[in-house]
Amino acid sequence: MSENLIKGLLLIVPLVLLLGLVLPRRPWRVPVAVVGGALVALTLPWVAPAGPLSYSVSFAVMGSLYALLSLGLNTQWGYTGHLNFGIAAFFAIGAFTSALVTMEAPTGLAAQYTQMAFGLNQPFLVGVVAAAVASAILALIVAVPVLRLRMDFLAIATIGIAEVVRLIFQNERWLANGPQPLRGIPRPGYCLFQSEGCEGAPAWLNALFEPLGTRDYSLLYLLITVVILAVLYVFIERACRSPWGRVLRAVRDEEASAAMNGKNVTYMRIQSFVVGAVIMGVAGALYAHHMATIDYSHFHALFATFLVWVMLMLGGSGNNRGAIIGGFIVWGVWSGTAFLAGAMEPALALISEDLPGRAPYIRWMLVALMLAVIVLYRPQGLFREEKRVSRYLAD
Amino acid sequence: MSVVGQAASRQQRTGEWLRARMQTRGFLWSVLGVLLLGVLVLAAFQGVSAQRLISLTAWGLMLGGIIGLGSIGLTLVYGVVKFPNFSHGALVTLGAYLTLAVMAVLPQGPRLLPFSFGWELIAGLLIAMPVVGLVSVAVDKVVYRRLRTQGAHLVLFAMASLAMEFFLRSWIYLIWGSDFHFYYSGRDNPALDLILGIRVRADQLFIVALAIVLVAAVYLLLERTKIGKAMRATADNPELAQVRGINTERVIAWTWMVGGALAAAGGVMYGLSSQLRPEMGFWLLLPMFAAVIMGGIGNPWGALAAAMIIGIVHQVSGAFINPTYGPGVAFILMVITLLIRPQGLFGKGGG
Repeated sequence: MSENLIKGLLLIVPLVLLLGLVLPRRPWRVPVAVVGGALVALTLPWVAPAGPLSYSVSFAVMGSLYALLSLGLNTQWGYTGHLNFGIAAFFAIGAFTSALVTMEAPTGLAAQYTQMAFGLNQPFLVGVVAAAVASAILALIVAVPVLRLRMDFLAIATIGIAEVVRLIFQNERWLANGPQPLRGIPRPGYCLFQSEGCEGAPAWLNALFEPLGTRDYSLLYLLITVVILAVLYVFIERACRSPWGRVLRAVRDEEASAAMNGKNVTYMRIQSFVVGAVIMGVAGALYAHHMATIDYSHFHALFATFLVWVMLMLGGSGNNRGAIIGGFIVWGVWSGTAFLAGAMEPALALISEDLPGRAPYIRWMLVALMLAVIVLYRPQGLFREEKRVSRYLAD
Repeated sequence: MSVVGQAASRQQRTGEWLRARMQTRGFLWSVLGVLLLGVLVLAAFQGVSAQRLISLTAWGLMLGGIIGLGSIGLTLVYGVVKFPNFSHGALVTLGAYLTLAVMAVLPQGPRLLPFSFGWELIAGLLIAMPVVGLVSVAVDKVVYRRLRTQGAHLVLFAMASLAMEFFLRSWIYLIWGSDFHFYYSGRDNPALDLILGIRVRADQLFIVALAIVLVAAVYLLLERTKIGKAMRATADNPELAQVRGINTERVIAWTWMVGGALAAAGGVMYGLSSQLRPEMGFWLLLPMFAAVIMGGIGNPWGALAAAMIIGIVHQVSGAFINPTYGPGVAFILMVITLLIRPQGLFGKGGG
């Protein structure tokens, strides 16, 4: 089979799923998504040059990761009103847990350069599950003492937990190589793209990926990421349209009357906080395997917390589809402003010779302004929350 | 009532009694006291000499002064405007950098012995304080006032303040870059020998003195002046204050002015004791919030006292754990306070 055909086939599923996630809930959603996604997937490899194609696939992987974070925040903030300013903590815990579970502990000379508490050498999916569990445990530790109090205390406490988690990964060399980056996190199915192929895989699978090189790997990773995003989206969407989701909203909007109706308010809050944290942990695991090299500085409050808030607020709190669309839009703006900052450098050099090197910080200013403008002028975001969420009521 | 029922209700009563006792101020004080003592004992077991422990405690008080200066402003704003201002960290940083900018313009005078700084730092501080105050008033006029008129929920204020934190910090990065700066690079700063073999730098004494003077000034402002009384009235009940003819918008502007000025003072002192980095205020944010919550929201004396406790535990625990975990220590103290008594050491209500 030709190289382009295989690329197209790999792109079909992610593109169909992404279109399906983004399009509105109308009867034509599924057919349009299937036909449109397949058409785009099968023409793109021929039309687009290899460089831009692989860039846009990487872009889509990161966009899906941020969409996942935004989805997790939506369960916490959108449905229950938890002010979690420490997304970075759950993201980092997920990433490092999955890395430690899937990596092989270094031996011999390499052990002097890379220190880690353990390396279990488990498959990718085990790492993802471990990341979800670790993130849930951290969420419980935060949630139980703080969630029965006022909402602003949760915001302060989560900022604190993000800072503490970052400090731990920065200082504890024995845990996950401390200030040094943790390299060589295995990528699922990466060997298929190497010239010798995978050892355990059937021969036809190795033969299928024969024409592709390692630089095409992100195509397969996009497939994995988008499938996980879609599964979690369906899960959250169902949960939020079930009685469980309606109790969460009742707790958010009218805590007293929810309690009067026999709902355990604190318990419900803890549940939704943990569910959101699990999704963030999964996003962290996916991030670790995408980057293959991670260190504490990747989990900066700006990239891992603030940007996600801008995404959800833009997309619309309380709307899962909005959360995903917001994730992609803001990630697009953020990536696009990198080019903008680059283009502005000559003009900035005229003002001061130091400025061009600081151009990246203009992006900070832009996203900060974006959030301020959304909060001031359109706090409900692009897509409003759907008020009627029962399957038995006509929309 | 059956015997079993009586036993059950007595048990329940015991539980309630226990909980009521646990939520008192005294219990929180004793837990914090035991913790402080435990840290000291642990340090002593690690082979830290008594003399060094006393020195560490003294340094803790100095660090507490820095945290305190920042948290007095934070607690005032929290009390009057009723939301956690996450941009306070950026205001702290801005104060430190503005002083640096003023000092670059002024001629460098002789140092004021025994301190390491000269008049130009004082001048910078005196200029930076009102300027940062005005910046925070401006941010309030542009952002928070609009939210107030909309009657927005507390969480939208918190989110807007987080946006302002990153907005102000991006300006600091753009103007001064991400490198470290010093007020006086390469100037020696010898320690003074005090009684009991305590060695502290004169600058550290200055920091504590400044913190106490400023908190006393805030206390006088709140207790003795008309605007201070109006602030307290607005903090207690904004509607009632308005009914009594208090211009709450003016009161809020004054609160931001004072809060921003105190944040700037904290930033300058932090910069004097270590160095200037764009992230310095964000690192101070967690200890400052811990002090605000421990001291009771809206209580300047409480914030200063809690900051001193945090400073001491931070420094003494640094003898046996990695000192970079300072924010973590503050975090643990804050969580203990939230668990036992969310109103804090000096807050109203409860026992």
